[in-house]
Amino acid sequence: MKVTRRQFVKGGVAAFTVTFAAPEFLSDVVRAQGAHVRNLVVLYLSGGNDSLSMLAPYNDPFYASRRPTLAIPAGQVLQIGTDSSNVALGLHPRLTGLKQIFDQGRLAFIQRTGYENQSRSHFTGTDIWSTGDPGNAQGLGWVGRYLDSLPSPVDPLVGWNTTGNLPHVLQAHTAVPAIANPAGYAFSSPNSGAEATAERSTAVRIASHVPVDRPELAFVYGSTQAALATLDRVATVASYRPSPAYPNTGFSQALQAVAGAMTRSIGTRVFYVTTGGFDTHAAQNVNATNGAYYNLMATLNDGLLAFHNDLTAQGLLDDTLVLSFSEFGRRITENGSQGTDHGSASVMMAMGGKVKGGLYGTAPNLNTDPSNPTLENSAGDVKYETDFRSVYAQVLDNWLGTDSTKLLGGNFRKNGIGFI
Amino acid sequence: MAGPDRQIEHLLRRAGFGARPDELAAYGPLSISQAVNALVDYESVPDTVDSFIGTPGYINTTVTGPFVPQGNINHARQRWLFRLLHTDRPLQEKMTLFWHNHFATGYNKVAGALGAAEGARYLAAKASEDPGHVRGQIEMLRDNALGSFKDILLAIAKDVATLVWLDGRTNTKAKPQENFGREIMELFTLGVGNYTEADVYAAARVFSGWNLARPGTATDGSQHYEFSYIANNHDVAAKTFSFAVYPDGGKTIPARAASAGMQDGIDFINGLAAHPNTARYLAAKLYRFFVTDFGAVNVTFVNRIASVYLQSNGDMKAVMREVLLSPEFWDESAYFARYSWPVEYVTRAFKDVGWTGFSVNDALTPLSNMGQILFEPPDVSGWDAGQTWFSTSAMLARMNFASSLASNQKFKLATAVRAANASATPEALLSYFVEALASAPLDPSVTTELSNYLHANGAWTASDAQLQAKASGVVHLIAGSPEYQLS
Repeated sequence: MKVTRRQFVKGGVAAFTVTFAAPEFLSDVVRAQGAHVRNLVVLYLSGGNDSLSMLAPYNDPFYASRRPTLAIPAGQVLQIGTDSSNVALGLHPRLTGLKQIFDQGRLAFIQRTGYENQSRSHFTGTDIWSTGDPGNAQGLGWVGRYLDSLPSPVDPLVGWNTTGNLPHVLQAHTAVPAIANPAGYAFSSPNSGAEATAERSTAVRIASHVPVDRPELAFVYGSTQAALATLDRVATVASYRPSPAYPNTGFSQALQAVAGAMTRSIGTRVFYVTTGGFDTHAAQNVNATNGAYYNLMATLNDGLLAFHNDLTAQGLLDDTLVLSFSEFGRRITENGSQGTDHGSASVMMAMGGKVKGGLYGTAPNLNTDPSNPTLENSAGDVKYETDFRSVYAQVLDNWLGTDSTKLLGGNFRKNGIGFI
Repeated sequence: MAGPDRQIEHLLRRAGFGARPDELAAYGPLSISQAVNALVDYESVPDTVDSFIGTPGYINTTVTGPFVPQGNINHARQRWLFRLLHTDRPLQEKMTLFWHNHFATGYNKVAGALGAAEGARYLAAKASEDPGHVRGQIEMLRDNALGSFKDILLAIAKDVATLVWLDGRTNTKAKPQENFGREIMELFTLGVGNYTEADVYAAARVFSGWNLARPGTATDGSQHYEFSYIANNHDVAAKTFSFAVYPDGGKTIPARAASAGMQDGIDFINGLAAHPNTARYLAAKLYRFFVTDFGAVNVTFVNRIASVYLQSNGDMKAVMREVLLSPEFWDESAYFARYSWPVEYVTRAFKDVGWTGFSVNDALTPLSNMGQILFEPPDVSGWDAGQTWFSTSAMLARMNFASSLASNQKFKLATAVRAANASATPEALLSYFVEALASAPLDPSVTTELSNYLHANGAWTASDAQLQAKASGVVHLIAGSPEYQLS
C-alpha cells in the first residue's frame, strides 16, 4: 500500500524517522523530544509449541487423563484466572517472569489460534504462518509485505533478523539484514590502512551498480549493498551493555541486541527472534526441573523477562510489541515416549507496554468425544477458534497503523481479541 | 575462456565442487559424455583421499591431540571438507551432500541423547576405523551415493542416528510415535500433500518396534548401538494407506505375526520408493541441486527424470547420468544459474585461489556464519537453499572468508602473477585474476571498479609489496563479489 501525504503529515516527525530510518542524530532528536516509535518483535517458537503445557487447563479432567506423565498438576501451575468460557488456566510453573508481566496487564494470550486444514507439517505450517496465506504459502512473508509497503526508499536497517538466515516471515523485496551477532558484523580485508579502505569503498561502489537486467544476481547485490550500508550503525549496537546482563542463551542475547538497536535508535522497526527445541516428540518432561520442556520454558521466560525489564528501564516498553507464534500446537494425548506429536491449533502471545493483557479466546475442552466442537481430528487435536490472520490484523491495523485488509488480502478483523 | 573448458568447468561446478588445476587438466581433453562417464562411474577411481590428510601439498587440518573423526564432530567436519577439496570422485561427494540434505540429520540431538563422541560416531565413523564396526550415516550415504534409492531409504530407516533424530526408537504398538512415519512420506519420498493424517498414523504403526540394541563390550570400545527389530513392540494389525503400497495397487499391508512384522516396513519402503510421486519429488530436487535455482522447476525435465527413475527401479546412477546429459543441464541459461551453497563456495574458492597453508578448521566458523554447518542442518527438511543463503550477514561472511583466504594466500598470489607475466600493469593483473577465478560474467561496472581499485593509492611499481597487496585485494573483491556466488 502507499502511504498518502496526509497520513505522512499526520504521523509527523516520528513517522518520518521510523519509515526512512534517518541518520542516528535525527533519531536522537526525536527521542529527546519524547516522540515514540513503534517496534514490532516477531518471536518464533520453532518446532511446534505444546501450548497445553505452557497455558494449562489444569482442572479439565481429560487434561490429566490424556497426559498421564505430561500434565502439570493443578497444584503446581501458576494460576492466572479463568477465560470467558470459565475455564481455569495456569502457566507452566517455570514462567514466573511471564506471570509477573501478566499480572501487570502487559501480556495477552490468544487461545486456539490456527486455520482450517492444518497440514501438521513443520515446513508447510511455518510457511503458512509466515505468509499468512494458506493458499500461497511460498509467497513473501506477512511482515515482509509490510516492509515492502513502506514508502521508498526503505532503509536497509528497517528490519533486523537476529538469525543467520532470512526467515520466511521477513521475505520481502526489501532486503532485511540478518545480524546474529552485531560484534561480528564487520568488513575484513587482507590488507590494512589505505589499501583496506580502498577495498571497502570499492566493494561499496561495486554493490551500488545493481544489474537490473539479471534479477537473480541483483538479489545478491541487494544483500551485499544492505550489508555494507549498515555496518557502522550496527557497530553502535555491539557496544550495548545493559545492566543487569541478559541470560547467556542465544535467545536472550538476540533480545539484548534488539534492545540495543532500540536504545541506539538506529532506525530499525521490525525485529525477528527465535528460540527452538519445541518439537518434543519424546521425553518432553514438562514437570521435572531441567526437563526438556521445563528448560524451553526457562529460556523463554528468562529472556522475555530480561527484555521486559530492560525496556522498562529504558522507557521503551510502550514502544514495543512482542508477538509470538509457532507452526502448530501438539496432539492432546501424549505418545508412548512421553512426548507429543504434531497437532493443530496453538496459543499466541503478545507482550508490550500498550498490550491489554489477559486471556483472549476460549480454551479447548479436552473431552475425547469425537463430536467435541473445540477439537478436531476425532478429538485428537485442538481446533482453531481464531484465525491467526485475525491476530495479524490487530497488529497491522492497531500497532503498525496500516491497512490489514490490503496486506492480508482480505478482511480478517475480528471482535473480542482486541489485545492492542 | 575457450568453449570446451567452459563446459567442463560448468560440469565440475555442478557434479563436483569446482575444478582444481589437476582436475581441469584431467577432464579438459574429454568429451562431455566421456567426462560424465568418468564422474558417474567413479568406482574405478581409488578412494584413497583420506590417507592424504596431514600430507604436504594438501590443505591442513587443525586438531589438538589425535585426529579422531569417528568420535569428534569437529574432526569429522574437517575430514569432510578435506574430501570435498581433494577427492578424485567429485560426484560421489556431491551426491553425499545431496543425500545429507535430503535425509537431513543433526548432530546435536544425537549427541544430546547418546553423548558427544557417540554422536560423531553414528554420523561419521567408517566401519574400518571403529572397534564395533559402526558405519556412520554419512559413510552409508557415501557408499550408496549412486546406489538404489530403495536401499538408501531402508538403510536410513535402520540408521542409528535417524532412529534417535526422528525418535523412531521410541515407537511402540502401545503408543505409536509419528515423527519418522510422517517425515518419511513428507520429506524423503512423496512430498507434502500426497498423504493423509490417517496415513501418518498407519506409517507410525508400520515402523513400531524398529528400535536399537547395544551389543559389544565396553572395555574394548566395541559396544555400540545398532538397529534391532523388537517384535513385542510391533503392531501386528493390518495397515491401510490412501495410496498403493504394492505393485498390484494394493493399499493394505496385511496383518502378520509379530515375528515377521519387520516386513511391514520393508513393504512400505518399497512401495514409497516405487511411487511416481517419489520419482517426481526427487526429480524436482535434483533439478534444483544440479540444474538451476532460477525460475520454476522444469516440468519436462521432471517427467523425463522421473520416468528414468521408475524404469530403472530407482537406480541413481542411471538417473544421474541422465541428469548430467540432459539438455536442460547444458542449456546456456543454466550456466551460473545456481546460488552456491556455502560448502560449494568455500571449496571452489580453495580450488581457484589456493589452499596450501590454510586449514579446513579455519573454514568452519565462516561456514557457520554463511548458514551451513555440516552434520547440523537446521531441521529434517535440510537447508533452505537458493536466495535464502544470501542474508546480509551470510553475504558478509562470504566476503570475509574471501578476505581471509586471500590474506593467507597473498605471497603465492603475487608469485603466480609474476610467473604468468601479468605484473606489468594493473590491467594485466586484473585480467589474470578474472580468468583464474572464473566467476559468472562480471558486470562491466565491476571490472571498472576493480581497475580503479588497482590504480588507487599510488603509481604502479609492481614491487613485491604492491603485488601482494593488490593481488590479495582484488582476489578478495572478486571472490567476495555477487557474481562469484553463482555456480
